[in-house]
Amino acid sequence: MTTGKYFGKSVLRLEDKNMLTGNVKYMDDIEIPGQLHAAFLRSDYAHARILKIDVSEALKRPGVVAIYTAEDFGDFWKPGPLLVPPPTAIDGSQFNARTLVPIAKDKIRYSGEVLAVVIAESRYIAEDAFDDIIIDVDPLPAVVDLEKAWEDTSVLVHDDLPSNMAALVKQEVGSYEEAKKKADVVVSRRMLIEHVAGAAMENRGFIASWDDQNQVMTIWANTQSPLTIRGSVARALNLAESQVHVITPFIGGGFGPKVMTSLSDDVLLPWISLKLKRPIKWMEDRRENFLATTSERDQVHHCEIVLKKDGTILGFKDVFYHNTGAYDSYGMTVPLNTQTHTISNYRVPNFYSEIRMVFTNQMVVTPVRGAGRSEGVFAMERMLDFAAKELGISPVEIRLKNLLKAEELPLNTGVIGQDFVVNILDSGDYLGNYQKCLAEIDYDKFRKEIQPKARAEGKRMGIGMVAFTEGTAVGPYEGCKITVSTSGKVTMATGYSTQGQAHYTVFAQIIADQLNVKIEDVRVVTGDTNLFAWGAGTFASRGAALVGAAAYLAAQKVRAKIFSTASKKLEVPEEEIELCEGSVCVKGQPETSIPLGMLASLANPMRGVVEPGVEPGLEATAYYGPPHGSTGSGAMGVIVSIDEETNKPTIERMVMVDDCGTVINPLVVEGQLQGGISMGIGNTLYERLVYDENGQLLTASFMDYLMPLATDMPEKLEIIHNHAESSLKVNPLGIKGVGEAGAIPPGPAIVQAIEDAFGVAGFEILETNLSPSQIYEYLKKAAK
Amino acid sequence: MKPAKFDYYAPSSLDEALDKLAELGYDGKVLAGGQSLVAAMNFRMARPTALVDLNNVPELSYIKPTEDGGLAIGTMTRVFTVENNAEVAKRFPLLVEVAKYIAHPQIRRRGTFGGAIAHADPAGQLPSIAVLMNMKALIRRKGEERWVDGQDLIIGPFMTVIEPDEMLAELVLNAWPARTGYKYVQVSRQSGGYAQSAVASIVTLDENDKCKDVRMVLMSVGEVPILSQKAGEILIGNTPTREVIAEVAEVVTSEEIDPATDLHATADYRRSITRVLAVRSLTEAFERAK
Repeated sequence: MTTGKYFGKSVLRLEDKNMLTGNVKYMDDIEIPGQLHAAFLRSDYAHARILKIDVSEALKRPGVVAIYTAEDFGDFWKPGPLLVPPPTAIDGSQFNARTLVPIAKDKIRYSGEVLAVVIAESRYIAEDAFDDIIIDVDPLPAVVDLEKAWEDTSVLVHDDLPSNMAALVKQEVGSYEEAKKKADVVVSRRMLIEHVAGAAMENRGFIASWDDQNQVMTIWANTQSPLTIRGSVARALNLAESQVHVITPFIGGGFGPKVMTSLSDDVLLPWISLKLKRPIKWMEDRRENFLATTSERDQVHHCEIVLKKDGTILGFKDVFYHNTGAYDSYGMTVPLNTQTHTISNYRVPNFYSEIRMVFTNQMVVTPVRGAGRSEGVFAMERMLDFAAKELGISPVEIRLKNLLKAEELPLNTGVIGQDFVVNILDSGDYLGNYQKCLAEIDYDKFRKEIQPKARAEGKRMGIGMVAFTEGTAVGPYEGCKITVSTSGKVTMATGYSTQGQAHYTVFAQIIADQLNVKIEDVRVVTGDTNLFAWGAGTFASRGAALVGAAAYLAAQKVRAKIFSTASKKLEVPEEEIELCEGSVCVKGQPETSIPLGMLASLANPMRGVVEPGVEPGLEATAYYGPPHGSTGSGAMGVIVSIDEETNKPTIERMVMVDDCGTVINPLVVEGQLQGGISMGIGNTLYERLVYDENGQLLTASFMDYLMPLATDMPEKLEIIHNHAESSLKVNPLGIKGVGEAGAIPPGPAIVQAIEDAFGVAGFEILETNLSPSQIYEYLKKAAK
Repeated sequence: MKPAKFDYYAPSSLDEALDKLAELGYDGKVLAGGQSLVAAMNFRMARPTALVDLNNVPELSYIKPTEDGGLAIGTMTRVFTVENNAEVAKRFPLLVEVAKYIAHPQIRRRGTFGGAIAHADPAGQLPSIAVLMNMKALIRRKGEERWVDGQDLIIGPFMTVIEPDEMLAELVLNAWPARTGYKYVQVSRQSGGYAQSAVASIVTLDENDKCKDVRMVLMSVGEVPILSQKAGEILIGNTPTREVIAEVAEVVTSEEIDPATDLHATADYRRSITRVLAVRSLTEAFERAK
């Protein structure tokens, strides 16, 4: 644990001033002298055999420098790496790796797949050249529907596989069938979790610039994985990693899709830059982002819950189809997260879960904020609602009965998760979170006064109360290096790239306290591989816990060096030395003060204070790798009113209780939760990627893909931090992740509230994406 | 998403602009605020050969009172300017009410009053309001001008009677009689998003609180803004009771509109909310007329 001037305080974000005044450089602001522009010609067909691509006319267009199709890359063309391995730890699991190809060869497998790369003097010219490229294909029927795709009779996405099965993973704890025999009640449903986009404000971008004189490839990419790109580019081009320098500029949001690599841009553009000896720039446009940048959700769940008459859960079964899209390079992170999160809140003695991961002619699915967790939580929470209805008890009662209590943790759930180790619910108070949420929203008052009064006035109002967990802070590790410079300024460099999570502030808070310097004097550098080249990447809500811990450990090492160096210089034992703001002195003798910058200078063996051979400088590197992830938890209550004539829901009040352990900066945590909640609300009431039966994406712009706006957010959003004592012990700083928490509970909470508002028998919501029109259609069905 | 190549002209006077349009003929396209056209060009759904940008023609941007108490609005007047103009608020508060629903403040700052009407997007608010108010449209071509009634301006989705060498130069809004009320209502999924249905009404009461005149337009439920005929047939001369208004809503939604199913709403849902919106619009309009 740490306490100090900054840690735990709502310090204003150091990065905001420049960001809000437009004084930072984003991807598209970067211009390299002599750069050429790349544009990707993308397939309109979702599934087709390529017969011929003729670029000869296009090459004649003035300003076009080169055009490449798959054949032009020769031996360099190959399917990309399996970025995340399959879960071999799970007995009997089957996984068919068919990894992304950088550019389609022979066959097109999704609409938006790259057919040709045009390199031109400007992006305009490059896109003009598309008109001159002749594409001859033999169209095939598209594989779109997940359940039909699984059938033996389906058209195949990958002809060399016997079916469209990408993976089949079964996990069982206890015996579901035995539990079912003893059950009083069996409830089963089929539910859809709709497909949504990450939709970061900034699209993806990539610049590759080969310096032939220095033999160095410099890459600018707004990626969540700069180190992965450095490694893969070095391997692909047979360079040493020291010859590849990846720089991440300011990034306008990540949300998961920017973690994906081995795409057309990061594979092909370095090769082209090396060949043309010119910098190549590509900036994704929004249409490309919708068509080809990875997205998520899209599952069909067949759930069954078995219970005792009193509402005690005996078992849960979930067979779910998970759309991986045309390729499965990112392994099974998303469906494994679904599997672990389905039961992670509740006492479920018998659990059977089966992942049917299926190839389709759609864009590739990789994690998007929530990353499978939201799907599992939605399935479980909905099933509890249906079970409660069947049992004639309230949705609250069934949860109070089955939620895990503080004293039941840590709990080994027996389910293997995304990090391939058994999911351990390490700490927290799940029941306590829920009770706190009931109290904060004043559930009883709503039931006894507010709702009856509204109904008497002919108004529809409902309440939804759900619980969730968020598996966070998974390994393997992250690290950082802290250096006190001779100016007294402190620099922290980490390989962990940043997309708006306030890393510049929160890591500085940790370091400033440990070194007793002003927070403004701590400069955080993220995602520059020449400054720090170890780490995994920005995903799974792990920055604060892992990099934060590494920053703490490195700062302590630097602190020790400060004390040892000062002790030598001042010729007093270390115990007699104290840190004042930005300087060090003998306790009680401020006249002996040495500014940290000067001390940093003295820590150079050239200055005679420390001995030659000692690690020079006030500098230290530290790494942190947790034995397993840590699980955040919480509850959400939402009150919804519904226009009785148009069926348009309005969120009147939303209360979120969250336990993410120790909070470095409450303001930042609240911002993370607000952002996550807006995504959760968007996924529930607005956003939906729609493919037609030909595999055409019908929602490839913000005209059709509806994002909620700030003005669509609830006016009353209350966020309550409710950490259990046990949550504070999970890692050196007691930190759990919080980046995805907000996105998880809004779905089940809102649909429960909408159902409650209608209170109509037979009115059941079996999907995540609800327009007023769909509510209307559900009501029509219920009336029949 | 970069536009195809086009020629670009930025005349600094109306005459110069009309000369250029005459010279370009079918190749020319007027650029006003660009909030719809530029997006269509980026998607390469629109590929004009040449743009004549009116943003440097100050004489097309104004709001002036007319002799009979109405207003004349220059085509390049920004929607934001209309929305925040005191004379507009006094004489045609409907426009202020509607403007709040037109996309977002940033877009209204740039988007123009005449540009939006000439674009004739069936889901756009201002083309519908031009029909509803029967604004008089001044259409200019080099050396010529003609006036077209707002209700005759739009002939199809994104289609008007304006020829390629012409421009919509001004819209004249005639003063409303005493005891006139109005109401614009819509249902959209997001704030500032496209409406799944919208209804606007302008009604006038006589001294006996009977309906003297009614105009009602229905938007996003057909290929063009639909000006209801039935509303007048049923209401004029009658007291607008709840029952009569309900009857109008019923007849209008079952006989006059032709909603389609799309990603955001079924035709059935559109019909159901249009009925609701018609009632809400008329009820409030008559209330305001009192």
